[in-house]
Amino acid sequence: MLPNWFNVWNKENPTNVYGPAILVGILGGAIFVAIMIVVWGQPAATSSLQTGPRGIGMSMTEFNSDLDTPDPDIALISENEPYIPDGSEALAKDIYSNVQVLGDVTEDNFNRLMGAMTEWVAPDQGCAYCHGDGDIETYGEDTLYTKVVARRMIEMTQNINEGWDGHVNANKQVGVTCMTCHRGQNVPSEIWFKIDPVNEATAGWPAVQNRATPLSQYTSLPSNALEAYLLNYERIGVHDLESRVKNAPGDPLIQQTERTYSLMNYFSNSLGRNCVLCHNTRAFYDPEQVTPQWSTASQGIAMVQEINNDYLVPLGDVLPDTRMGPVHGDAPKAACKTCHKGYQQPLQGTNVIKDWPELATTGAPVYK
Amino acid sequence: MVELVVRAADLAKPNGDVIMIEYQNIFTQVQVRGPAEMGIDNENNMSAERIGTPWFSTLAGWVGNAQLGPVYLGWTGMIALATGLLWFNIVGLNMLAQVGWSIPEFLRQFFWLALEPPGPEWGLRMPPLNEGGWYIISSIFLLVSVSTWWLRSYLLAQQHKMGKHVAWAFAAAIWLFLVLGLFRPILMGSWSEAVPYGIFPHLDWTTAFSIRYGNLYYNPFHALSIVFLYGSVLLFAMHGATILAVARFGGDRELEQIYDRGTASERAALFWRWTMGFNATMEGIHRWAWWFAVLCPITGGIGILLTGTVVDNWFIWAQEHSFAPMYDGSYGYENYGSYEAFVGQEK
Repeated sequence: MLPNWFNVWNKENPTNVYGPAILVGILGGAIFVAIMIVVWGQPAATSSLQTGPRGIGMSMTEFNSDLDTPDPDIALISENEPYIPDGSEALAKDIYSNVQVLGDVTEDNFNRLMGAMTEWVAPDQGCAYCHGDGDIETYGEDTLYTKVVARRMIEMTQNINEGWDGHVNANKQVGVTCMTCHRGQNVPSEIWFKIDPVNEATAGWPAVQNRATPLSQYTSLPSNALEAYLLNYERIGVHDLESRVKNAPGDPLIQQTERTYSLMNYFSNSLGRNCVLCHNTRAFYDPEQVTPQWSTASQGIAMVQEINNDYLVPLGDVLPDTRMGPVHGDAPKAACKTCHKGYQQPLQGTNVIKDWPELATTGAPVYK
Repeated sequence: MVELVVRAADLAKPNGDVIMIEYQNIFTQVQVRGPAEMGIDNENNMSAERIGTPWFSTLAGWVGNAQLGPVYLGWTGMIALATGLLWFNIVGLNMLAQVGWSIPEFLRQFFWLALEPPGPEWGLRMPPLNEGGWYIISSIFLLVSVSTWWLRSYLLAQQHKMGKHVAWAFAAAIWLFLVLGLFRPILMGSWSEAVPYGIFPHLDWTTAFSIRYGNLYYNPFHALSIVFLYGSVLLFAMHGATILAVARFGGDRELEQIYDRGTASERAALFWRWTMGFNATMEGIHRWAWWFAVLCPITGGIGILLTGTVVDNWFIWAQEHSFAPMYDGSYGYENYGSYEAFVGQEK
């Protein structure tokens, strides 16, 4: 194909073209990439927010592309302004039968809330999901488990808004509604069940760890951290606060430390943040070196313990088997991620309670 | 002893050209092949215990000696291999049992699985096999294996009429191993303090150990250990680079350079003295390297041994000894920006 003189010349003048070609290719490529970064900018640019004294790495870093994408679930929340009562309206308890928790709500607001709950929890099934397919006269009956559960969940929501104001509204008024967890699903995502023991042919500590499970955050740390700390009220602690040895019975050991580490991994993944949102990692325990978020999280732990023990676990008596855990048949339980869904503040700090004074208090709603 | 000499005639190409001898210290392109070297035999009757017919590997020749074998096994080697294999199999079979004898699950979870020491409730007692008993049994085998392998390194050096530097360096590593798995658990009164046998689990143990005892970063012996670890790396790089750089003057014949200093040593010494005002000697650099290497596990082992037995919280200990400074500045992101602005949800 090539002319003969060219082939002859090449044969008589053997030259190593590969060495220079590789050199030129690498150098040229590097120069090209350098120019592109200067001209177009860093392709994976990040921003960070400092969380503690400078110079100790207390900083949360995110890709700008992630920061530019708002939580898509914010779009699920729609305006639904309450009807301000003038005192003459009939109340739900006077009109409907068997209204146990929202009796002091006016008829209009009661139905407004019922409609919203349908959107939040059962957009496909509608009213029938809780009230069955019967006529409106049968809506007072408690024949379906879903209605019994929904009533308890309304009580829970009111209690969270009223009793756990320090956690939920730590930064500003945001509150919680059914939507905070449910997001249009019958059963919220990110609930959890007991799964330990996770290993066969062994017992004790080895049986609850060293397996990649969702509850261990796919680490080899223990899979029973949520159970121990967010259900069974075990003390979260890893340190001995004596410089010299003064071991007291019940002081945490390496085993408790690993299980706490598992819980902290869960916290981290639930909020999409790292350790330094709350801690100065050189001394995790030190109350003088934690951020205000540490206090908020501590209240969150107590809140989740109450939610699980007072509300969710007792509902195990009402729920059908299909809603129970796959391993132990236990009731579904909540934790940080059930609400936070990977965001530092659920729905990125959207105020979801402003239209729902009925859910903001266990007493009579206050309209403004 | 077979004399191995490269003669230029051996390297002549059929067409008469003579190859320039390329001397390379790693990825050696010129590999000398002759009859296998069987080594020395002496009054200890070493040859009788050497097993295996030697063979040559081009691959091995690229990075070291192309000749593989024969090998001395002996009673120490046999005990070390047998007990080591028992430890290996006990750990592996326990992992396999934990996943219900499922090979695919074993492969999938391999990095997560472990043979764990007994729980804290057992103290120094012997627990049932499935609650740490296997761990104790396998650890005994591992201890025998490591000890006899150490003895092997000592006895072979003795038979070769060598110094025992390798054995003592290995002993430094065994010191750390014994502190972790034997001395410290006994002092703490519980086998649960020992390190699990597993890839990720032993890393979890390491992190948890540091956190439990208030941050090992503030343990001075941990700091010393790191100095010697990184120092070893630095010395290794400096020495390796220096010898390679003077190999063209025969600097790689280090032993000869020690007793008959030549231009390679002179140049290497001048290079460092003119670069940083000080140079190690051809012999001394190996003492530097040996001490840095052995001091890494020796100081590390002291630091581990003191943790939980003498000091319970290294951070508080460091505060008491005034080397954990407090930092000026506020805690909490509110002092540096707003969450809403950060996530682009500012109204």
